[in-house]
Amino acid sequence: MARVLVVDDDQALSEMLGIVLRAEGYDALFCDDGSKAQGIFKETKPDLVLLDLMLPGIDGIEVCKRIRSESGVPIVMLTARGDTLDIVKGLESGADDYIVKPFKPKELVARIKARLRKEDVKAETLALADLTIDVIGHSVKRDGKEISLTPLEFDLLLALARKPWQVYTREQLLTDVWHYRNPADTRLVNVHVQRLRSKVEHDPENPQIVMTVRGVGYKAGP
Amino acid sequence: MKYFNKFKQAWNKSLSLRIIATTFIVSTILVTVIGLILINRVSSGILTSKESSSITEASSAINEAQKVVTATDTGAGAPNISTVVDTAVTALAVRAGQSGLYDVLFLASTDISKQGLPERGTNLVAENSVSEDLKSRVEKTEKLLWAYTEIYYLDGRKIPGLVVAAPIKINNVGNYSLFLLFPLDKEEETIGIIRSAVLATGILLIFGLIILVWYLTRSVLSPVRKTAEAAERLRMGLLNERVPVSGEDDLAKLAGSFNSMASSIQQQIGQLEQMSRMQKRFVSDVSHELRTPLTTVRMAADVLYESRDQYTGETARAAELLSTQIERFEILLSQLLEISRFDAGAADLSLNMVNIKDVIEKTADSLSNLLAKQETPVVITGSAPEIELDQRRIERVLRNLISNASEYGEGKPIEVEIGSDEETIAVVVKDKGPGLKPGESSLVFNRFWRADPARARTTGGTGLGLAIALEDARLHSGWIDVWGSPGKGTMFRLTLPRIAHKAISSSSLPLGIGSEEKYELDMSALQEMLDPDTKIAKQ
Repeated sequence: MARVLVVDDDQALSEMLGIVLRAEGYDALFCDDGSKAQGIFKETKPDLVLLDLMLPGIDGIEVCKRIRSESGVPIVMLTARGDTLDIVKGLESGADDYIVKPFKPKELVARIKARLRKEDVKAETLALADLTIDVIGHSVKRDGKEISLTPLEFDLLLALARKPWQVYTREQLLTDVWHYRNPADTRLVNVHVQRLRSKVEHDPENPQIVMTVRGVGYKAGP
Repeated sequence: MKYFNKFKQAWNKSLSLRIIATTFIVSTILVTVIGLILINRVSSGILTSKESSSITEASSAINEAQKVVTATDTGAGAPNISTVVDTAVTALAVRAGQSGLYDVLFLASTDISKQGLPERGTNLVAENSVSEDLKSRVEKTEKLLWAYTEIYYLDGRKIPGLVVAAPIKINNVGNYSLFLLFPLDKEEETIGIIRSAVLATGILLIFGLIILVWYLTRSVLSPVRKTAEAAERLRMGLLNERVPVSGEDDLAKLAGSFNSMASSIQQQIGQLEQMSRMQKRFVSDVSHELRTPLTTVRMAADVLYESRDQYTGETARAAELLSTQIERFEILLSQLLEISRFDAGAADLSLNMVNIKDVIEKTADSLSNLLAKQETPVVITGSAPEIELDQRRIERVLRNLISNASEYGEGKPIEVEIGSDEETIAVVVKDKGPGLKPGESSLVFNRFWRADPARARTTGGTGLGLAIALEDARLHSGWIDVWGSPGKGTMFRLTLPRIAHKAISSSSLPLGIGSEEKYELDMSALQEMLDPDTKIAKQ
């Protein structure tokens, strides 16, 4: 049973989230204070974190950074604002996905499922430029040294590496990697491509592995 | 002509040129007039006093000459005419003195001049210094005569002078004419000096005036210019712009008033900014504070709705109502928040190069469920080049216009036409529904306005859709307008600038009478209105 840590200060919402999550067969854990979030995270080791951006104590963006610094666990932000800046800040601090309040329970569950989905994979090793991608071991190595990627970043790199001849549009990547069925926010792709580049590229300013195709999207290089 | 235009332009443009030119003309006229009057008065004064002193002197000199002549002539022995004449002239010359107060011409009158009588002059004075006219007049009079003349000398000199003439009687011989020639060269010279002094003073005065006026204009205009420049910079948004204030004069007052105006503007803008920030903050807070409980309620309603099978009829229906109305509430809330974001000026554009046709097709696609339910086909015609726009907002506008059209279109096809010209691209969405009643077209963009209040309750529109669409279009520096006529359907036209944020004044598609048939119809109707006779003739 997958465990979901809900970090939210609104008790009614937390409780309701608990009801919905349990109905879907998840185990729900709660934290109502940003400053305690990291401690509880370490203690409970959840499979996914639902994180509200507005928290007492430390705010959601800071909590997100701290969790991301020690774990690649999927983080889905709950945000009450449609404001561009907050969403981008949240994504840049390490969140994999976000959902804007008020959301339907089904939407939320779909987001959680998409992030927890384990694909059936064959034992497979891919090579991309000077990177070696071990699909089943979920690891990426350069010259035998492992590069630490979050599961989402790994999925993004894998999607591009599997079809190096194909140019992916942002919408396509949202479908393939984030499992969105409806059109969604393409900034998700932009922000995570930047994060991925900062880890795998020799020079992130001049990318050779995740290439931008102007006006279309991205492809695996070179 | 070209130079004239150039000058005219400079004239209209430069205040200092106008002032200096006017000063030059006026002062030249004044100085000329004053100078002329001055010279005239001075020279006539000098000449008059010379004239009167000369005449006084002349009359006593002439008396003396007459006495000398009479005395000599009545003396003992036969009078020698040469001696008489010489004595008289010598006496006069002595009287005139070394300085040469006057020269003397002593001539025999014409009736006796043929007899070879002696005639005398002093200091080489020539006979032609006296005009024939004066000579003949002297012979006919007993009185003193005087006139201005040129005095000629035998050595060729020529000076202006005054001649005083009188007849002298010599017994037994006849009448002689005595001419006393007073040279006026000293006076002439004085007048010349005065004239050139006046001329020099005049020129200096004009020159000085021009320099003074130029300096004054400059000292007045340069602070005015500086203030104008500061005002211009203020207009550009540099609210910290101020002008230096020096002294306590009118210009300092201008600078002071300008500065206090700038401060007050800055303060008010600051206040407005503060209010706008508070408004934005408020919107953001309301958004957060409302959305969290709404999320909880929404989830609870969904949980209830999902398990409505477990309830009896009315409770199940209640769960249903709860769920649908929360959805409506949500839409209303998000639209209200959107509107207040526009009101607070917090809405911003994220521009991308997009083909509007793709956006329309995508929007129609996303509305396919609704359109299928209303059994309304959408026909898209025309095309336009790619422009920079905020796809999310334009999609929202089009979704609104198309769903509106399908709602009121009564199942008849919706026509979407795309057009473009150099400045704009336009999209017209046309339905063939009942159309707007007269006067309604100005109301459709009002918040919460509904064409049919009774009908709206069943179709769930919030009444904010078109208001938001209009704001979205305005944010792109474009607009939406509407045309409608009962029975002819309704047309909405979205016009956007081809270059983002560039002000536009016209649209690339016509609004209203779409087909030629209708165009003609309206033309004849117009004609009938203007001229009732045509109507009768046609019939």
